[in-house]
Amino acid sequence: MIINTVCIVLVLLGIIFFVGGAVGIVRFPDFYTRMHAAGKGDTMSVFMVLVGLAVYQLSDFTLANLLIAGKILFITIFIMWASPTSTHALIKAGLEEGQKVWTRNDKKETEDEQ
Amino acid sequence: MYRISIFLLLFGIWIVFSGQFDAFHLALGLISTALVTAISSDFFFADRSRGTGARIQEIVRIPWYLSWMLYQILLSNLHILKLALSPGDLPEVQPKLVRIKTGLKTDFAKWFLANSITLTPGTITIDIEGDELLIHSISEVTTTGVEDDAMERKIASVFERGNN
Amino acid sequence: MENFFVFAGIAIFALMLPILYRIIVGPTAIDRIVAVNVIGTKTTVLLVIIGMIFERVGMFVDFALTYALLNFIGSLAAARFFDRVNPAKSFTKSEIKEQEL
Repeated sequence: MIINTVCIVLVLLGIIFFVGGAVGIVRFPDFYTRMHAAGKGDTMSVFMVLVGLAVYQLSDFTLANLLIAGKILFITIFIMWASPTSTHALIKAGLEEGQKVWTRNDKKETEDEQ
Repeated sequence: MYRISIFLLLFGIWIVFSGQFDAFHLALGLISTALVTAISSDFFFADRSRGTGARIQEIVRIPWYLSWMLYQILLSNLHILKLALSPGDLPEVQPKLVRIKTGLKTDFAKWFLANSITLTPGTITIDIEGDELLIHSISEVTTTGVEDDAMERKIASVFERGNN
Repeated sequence: MENFFVFAGIAIFALMLPILYRIIVGPTAIDRIVAVNVIGTKTTVLLVIIGMIFERVGMFVDFALTYALLNFIGSLAAARFFDRVNPAKSFTKSEIKEQEL
């Protein structure tokens, strides 16, 4: 029973973080800021959902279930290691392709007046 | 020594992934792990000049750093959530490119620093040129946060304490 | 518990839809690549949840692992390819410096 509660709480928290990433990808103004939402909104949420599922898997404790939980944890570690790497590769490709860095308009106008 | 540790690591991964313990599967695992070790053991542990003691000390210190990192990842996700759900035309989003210098020597430590900067709130490493890092930062607060070198000192205390 | 997993799966699937919007509208090609990468990460989680619903986690976890690996390699390959696709438009070092305010 405690294990079920822990699993539900972790998965729900993960889904809340997923919401942050998805809304950020839609709302942010330029490529680089979208990259922030894509690269970071996905690490902690994947960690929480998958750790919750691994905990649930261990509620019926056998060797096979232990191996499956180990595999789920391996997926978690792999995604948390791969996410910054692919973020870095994609944002560098975007910079070299010539994406403009979006800046706030009101700032630019005051600079022009001076 | 290095080859044996790589072999044991790969064989452990094989056992976790196959999940079967009869003689046939274990023999297959032994053959394929030995093959991979023979072909590609040079890829891991590029710097072999250091002794086993320093290596083990490094491995013991890494988990402390990783638990601090996990807390930072949680903070950065909360930051993104706060920014994404802020009303209006996102007043806190003020992107900026920053360039910082690092004093770290080895490639592995630089890679670790770049990944850590990417995972801490509001900053992404774009490029590493020599000892300069090009960083994209999403708001004013995080720009000032990345310019002090607390994180770099933490990484240096993990990886480069034994070198000096 | 199974109802909860069905709910979680539907929630993650629903969160893919706004990202699909970014794939369809997204002003440049690299925006679309990033969005596909994000959907791939969500699919990895969704596969494990589907395994939980059908109580065949041992099988679906392997699918999820393979999918995560392919997603990572796919995004790296797209980034490498993107470096060379449009040389006329690319930034030089000085243009990058101009953007640092």
